[in-house]
Amino acid sequence: MQTESIQDQKTTDQESIDITGSEAVLKALIAENVDIIFGYPGGAIMPIYDALYDYNDKLEHILVRHEQGGIHAGQGYARSSGKVGVVFATSGPGATNLVTGLADAMIDSTPLVCITGQVFAHLLGTDAFQETDVINITTPVTKWNHQITDANEIPSVLAKAFYIAKSGRPGPVLIDISKNAQIQKFNYTGYTYCNHIRSYRPKPNIRKEYIEAAAEMINKAERPFVIFGQGVILGEAEAEFKAFIEKGGLPAAWTILGLSALETDHPLNVGMLGMHGNYGPNVLTNECDVLIAVGMRFDDRVTGRLDRYAKQAKVIHLDIDPSEIDKNIKADIPVWGDCKETLPMITELIDLKQHDSWTNKFKDCNEKEIEAVIYDEMHPTSEHMTMGEVIDQLNEITKGNAIIVTDVGQHQMVACRYAKFNQSKSNITSGGLGTMGFALPAAIGAKYGAPERTVVAIIGDGGIQMTIQELGTIMQNNVNVKILILNNRFLGMVRQWQQLFNDKRYSFVNIESPDYVAVAKGYRIEGNSISKREDLKQSLTKMIEHNGAYLLEVFVGKENNVFPMVPQGCGVSEIRLK
Amino acid sequence: MKQEFTITIYTENQVGLLNRIAIIFSRRKINIESLNTSPSEVEGIHRFTIVIDETEEVVRKVVRQIEKQVDVLKAYFNTNDEIIWQELALYKVPTDTIAEKAKVERLLRAYGARAVVIRKDYTIFETTGQREETDTLLNVLGPFGLIEFVRSARVAIIKDSKGFYEKLKEFEQSKPVTRIDSINRSRIEEETIDL
Repeated sequence: MQTESIQDQKTTDQESIDITGSEAVLKALIAENVDIIFGYPGGAIMPIYDALYDYNDKLEHILVRHEQGGIHAGQGYARSSGKVGVVFATSGPGATNLVTGLADAMIDSTPLVCITGQVFAHLLGTDAFQETDVINITTPVTKWNHQITDANEIPSVLAKAFYIAKSGRPGPVLIDISKNAQIQKFNYTGYTYCNHIRSYRPKPNIRKEYIEAAAEMINKAERPFVIFGQGVILGEAEAEFKAFIEKGGLPAAWTILGLSALETDHPLNVGMLGMHGNYGPNVLTNECDVLIAVGMRFDDRVTGRLDRYAKQAKVIHLDIDPSEIDKNIKADIPVWGDCKETLPMITELIDLKQHDSWTNKFKDCNEKEIEAVIYDEMHPTSEHMTMGEVIDQLNEITKGNAIIVTDVGQHQMVACRYAKFNQSKSNITSGGLGTMGFALPAAIGAKYGAPERTVVAIIGDGGIQMTIQELGTIMQNNVNVKILILNNRFLGMVRQWQQLFNDKRYSFVNIESPDYVAVAKGYRIEGNSISKREDLKQSLTKMIEHNGAYLLEVFVGKENNVFPMVPQGCGVSEIRLK
Repeated sequence: MKQEFTITIYTENQVGLLNRIAIIFSRRKINIESLNTSPSEVEGIHRFTIVIDETEEVVRKVVRQIEKQVDVLKAYFNTNDEIIWQELALYKVPTDTIAEKAKVERLLRAYGARAVVIRKDYTIFETTGQREETDTLLNVLGPFGLIEFVRSARVAIIKDSKGFYEKLKEFEQSKPVTRIDSINRSRIEEETIDL
């Protein structure tokens, strides 16, 4: 390890005792206020699991059914609680099974500390049993990773791991610990929290001139438009954000990960951006005069074709990660920094204003969208149910108070478009990576992260079959999650693209499902399956009110499409309503 | 327009960091033309010197992504006219050709080559200079039975740099400074050129 100047040292206990590396790992977790670990044991991590046997009263461990389930659960936990998710896996296949979750957490900025066992240090590089080069495999998908082969390193490296995972723009950290280091006894002198690493600046310096310039530009704007992402949630800046848009009278639209940072019913919440976002936010992006991006990264699913994106607008970009500024969209005013700090500074300088005629344009667009898309989605004339009416009915029952965890595909877009939210950290989905199979394990983690809240996992018939084994985790731990499968008997999103862009050449999107209710029953989970509209309300109510996990399968129209849609390669104003 | 850029990176000495930096280039399918790691003017801090052929826009983005890495202290990028740079080349030639052919001796002298090893069967010459110089000598020696050739990575000093000590002092402060300064700097001169 490098010598870091760690100041403001806080040490948990001043004891000087001989303990094993494994115990040091667990002591570090306790010091970091970890209360739950999602994991799966194996040969190379056995010493840590052996130590865990004695720490059962201090650390809860949830045995998952697959390491991918473990890491998605860790992500769900982190997203619903705002804390760091902790995951254990063994070497080799255990570690490689984490890779998808690491990539997902990396692109969605989710704080995780993953601990993997590794073969004995003397076997490294020899193709030993269950040896993989985990550090090099995970380098592109971790914020930081480190291999420990000497137990003396464990306290300081874990302190660093937690600090890096949660500070600045959060992300996943992986610590690989060789078996000899887990067994090794060493002199433990307590745990010192890390709050500074000289080579790492989690928050860039705030530059006053840009704050002033941003405020001035907003004050002069006639058609200002705010687009916000998960940065608002990760920075816990929801109140600061609301104060900002309310003072400036600024209409605000969200990215899929920014969803729930601002309550759905807020008068300035104008809806969702992007490929399947709302009509107004997309077309008016190309009519605003000042575009204010807060904690979002101009993903291609948000911008569509870059050379047709907001060309008329001046762009103000607030981000904690300097490498995001100018990455996709050139910012006229870059406001580097944590938006929890920068937003109030700008709010102070902007005029109290309303932009009624401009905000009304969003309302007009919304009317148009209701007429062309939303009304039919909510009141279909077909006998088959739509995904939208299921979500709408769910809103009525949960009143927007539930945590909604979604998988990836049509149901995800529909759920994000129509689900109501009253509070932050309520929408959990795989945004950047688009990981099918995310929702079921993430819902388990989300429930542990917010035990008092109702957690509904909305999943398609494709995604559920990717991580369905986690029903076993739900069974064994009595995790009270509601599983809502929207079954259209297709891999719906790919089918929609094949219909629209590949002349209906439905290539391998026809997916069969098992009898989900029977599968759930096999796992001792109650369930029901419906296909008639008249059963919907009652079945959803039963699912929510049921004491414990419940699986509800709802058959929806086979070839329903999600609209509006910005086709790939088109600009946002070329959004299609049908 | 693509041109040669030299990227200078100050880092901690951490196993695996080379890979972490290299994949930032390979991910964008950028070929690294030259890469050197060495100690820097500050004890315990390493210095990478990387040369790539890219547009300024891409280099700027890449440098920010490098600087974002936890173990990277600072990264700079410069065009060739902003740096002093050198490469070292070694040439192994049969001793008899040099002894017999006066032209070869003249050439070596003209290019400032220095003999490092002289043996009965071969002689090793060394030159230090920029790419064109070492290349030209390579080309002219070719016909005279050049046995081996190798060239080092580029090492470069940034003309405008005041060194890294001051930056390091700032970084070592425990509380990252939330500097609210009002200096009027042009937009383009962001932290990456903040020497």
